[in-house]
Amino acid sequence: MKYKSQKVAYWFFAAALLLLFIQLFYGFIMGFAHMGYDGWHNVFPFNTARAVHTNLLVMWLLIGFMGAAYYIIPEESQQELVSVKLAYIQLITFLAVGVAAVIGYHFNYWEGRKFLEIPRPLDWLVVVNVLTFLGIILTTLYKGKKRTTTSLVLVMGLVFAALLYLPGMIWFDNQTLDSFFRWWVVHLWVEGVWELIMGGILAFLLIKLTGVDREVIEKWLYVIVGLTFLSGILGTGHHYYYIGVGKIWHIVGGIFSMLEPLAFLAMALFAVGMYRKGEKKHPNKMALYWTLGTAIMSFIGAGLLGMAHTLPQTNLYTHGTLVTAMHGHLAFWGAYAMIVFSFITFALPNITGRKLYDTVNGQLAFWLSNIGMVGMTMAFGVAGVAQVYLERILGLEFGAVQKEIEIHFFVLVLLATMFSVGIIMFIIEFLKYGKPNDEAIGMEEIQLKA
Amino acid sequence: MLSKSQARTFFLGGTFITFAIFLGLTWNSLVNEVPEQTNVHNLTEAVVRGKTLWEENNCMGCHTIFGEGAYYAPELTKVYERRGEAYIKATLMTDIPWAPRGRKMVAYGFSEDKANDLVEFFKWVNEVDLIGFPPKPKKVQ
Ligand code: HEM
Ligand code: HEM
Ligand SMILES: [Fe+2]
Repeated sequence: MKYKSQKVAYWFFAAALLLLFIQLFYGFIMGFAHMGYDGWHNVFPFNTARAVHTNLLVMWLLIGFMGAAYYIIPEESQQELVSVKLAYIQLITFLAVGVAAVIGYHFNYWEGRKFLEIPRPLDWLVVVNVLTFLGIILTTLYKGKKRTTTSLVLVMGLVFAALLYLPGMIWFDNQTLDSFFRWWVVHLWVEGVWELIMGGILAFLLIKLTGVDREVIEKWLYVIVGLTFLSGILGTGHHYYYIGVGKIWHIVGGIFSMLEPLAFLAMALFAVGMYRKGEKKHPNKMALYWTLGTAIMSFIGAGLLGMAHTLPQTNLYTHGTLVTAMHGHLAFWGAYAMIVFSFITFALPNITGRKLYDTVNGQLAFWLSNIGMVGMTMAFGVAGVAQVYLERILGLEFGAVQKEIEIHFFVLVLLATMFSVGIIMFIIEFLKYGKPNDEAIGMEEIQLKA
Repeated sequence: MLSKSQARTFFLGGTFITFAIFLGLTWNSLVNEVPEQTNVHNLTEAVVRGKTLWEENNCMGCHTIFGEGAYYAPELTKVYERRGEAYIKATLMTDIPWAPRGRKMVAYGFSEDKANDLVEFFKWVNEVDLIGFPPKPKKVQ
């Protein structure tokens, strides 16, 4: 840490982990409901649990990205954040809006559009909040001494993510159009602009952790985000196969979405390559684990498991089944949850001044959460493939099929428990670091020279 | 070897070109495909009221429609054809949770009018041309 104002990131990370913890609780409710135990139906009907689970996910990831930006931008542009106070206000109000939305979901107050359930009046508050965030980041960048490629790519991702929130706020009478523009948010976020955010954070981490020359890393960053948009924008077509638009999307969506894994492959090769090339090894070993981990797991979860059902011929059968949930979990975990975890692991010692670089707890958190999540993905996958076969190919009735696959949710819940233990260990580690500390300023640099 | 400025050109150029094509295809879909495939002339006020109810109650939080939503309850794109009006209205109007196989649906207890609006919505949804979705199962004996 070089600048005082970077400390604000700590509170964003703390908030992110808190929301993640609550997210998991609702995941278990759904896991049990799928197993046949829906005893909490009156308090948490499935649609409430689901909206809370996915909205908390998106919220904590965004809070994690914001925290990372508040840490990265001062360091990259060599300038304190223009207003730390406003950053705190921005965090608190973001949380307030999010919590209000989530509470509303328990009282049938929402806008039932998958992932975009936040009701319209609260949407506007989100917009104001995000504008405040971007205001702080952009003025800091503008005042700063340097504008590096890493910071520009990160900021570009954040600005585009904010802009793309808007198509999700338009009302359509026609369900087909509703779906069409919902994907401008959901798809163009996770397979477009969020990859810029991820790429920016990854580049920053690799510069710090491997000591490879910035010019080399940033050149590859351009290649990666170039591949992302080249494939991802037209790849949106893979959601337009069966919603009431024409066949041209089968060709365009099929071809371009098949190319999407290239960006994730490039990211994995890039991270591993830079690690091999780097001579100066940073002592923060856990951060390196998470960083290489996210690059590899995102390729598996988003790239390979996305590719598995992205051709129209396959998607006809898997569309809207548990196969999608399988991919959704490993993709979100590998790409976005893990990049946030990487950043937290990297930044925490620098913010607090405590060097828990390689602890047993930290190792356990990494392995339990990752093995648990891979296992959960397999459980969803087996359930999904069985569902596709029984329901879509043999033509059994939905409910009958669900009864057949209940057992896989038992396995899911077991592995989710393992995953959750990993997350809890991560949170315990987080707490062990203690609070941000001004004495930590400049410490990392001194240490790296030694 | 590729230089940094070449890499940047690749990024900006690729983005610009694919985005332009994307906008063109979007325009084409909105103008030439959607009106016909979704029978916009049948998009009556009742259908729109039905869609509003669909959203206000987050039905998509359990069901899928056009294959989008949650995986807890049946696909409803073709429910009008599969179950018919009377069955659909029964599930919507009952005061005790509908639970044909033990898995409960929220008991909305909708009025007859609201239930009719939702039926109209499903009828419209049923007729949208989804070019082949949901797939026809292979009958095995
Ligand atoms: C980190 C990146 C990614 C994340 C977080 C992600 C996440 C998701 C989620 C949550 C869904 C369900 C969305 C909904 O129904 O509203 C989904 C659907 C889908 N994803 Fe991804 N995805 C990613 C990357 C990819 C990639 C690279 C591909 C293709 C190569 C892909 C292919 C698909 C397909 C085909 C569907 C539609 C499934 C269906 O028809 O039900 N995804 N993804
Ligand atoms: C305790 C751990 C967890 C359990 C038991 C769990 C369980 C579930 C269940 C049962 C669903 C609903 C599927 C349906 O509609 O029927 C779901 C949805 C979802 N969960 Fe989780 N989950 C857990 C953790 C996570 C984590 C850590 C992430 C992200 C990193 C995540 C991301 C998602 C997403 C994106 C969806 C929507 C998927 C889609 O629409 O295709 N979950 N989860
Ligand atoms: Fe997509």
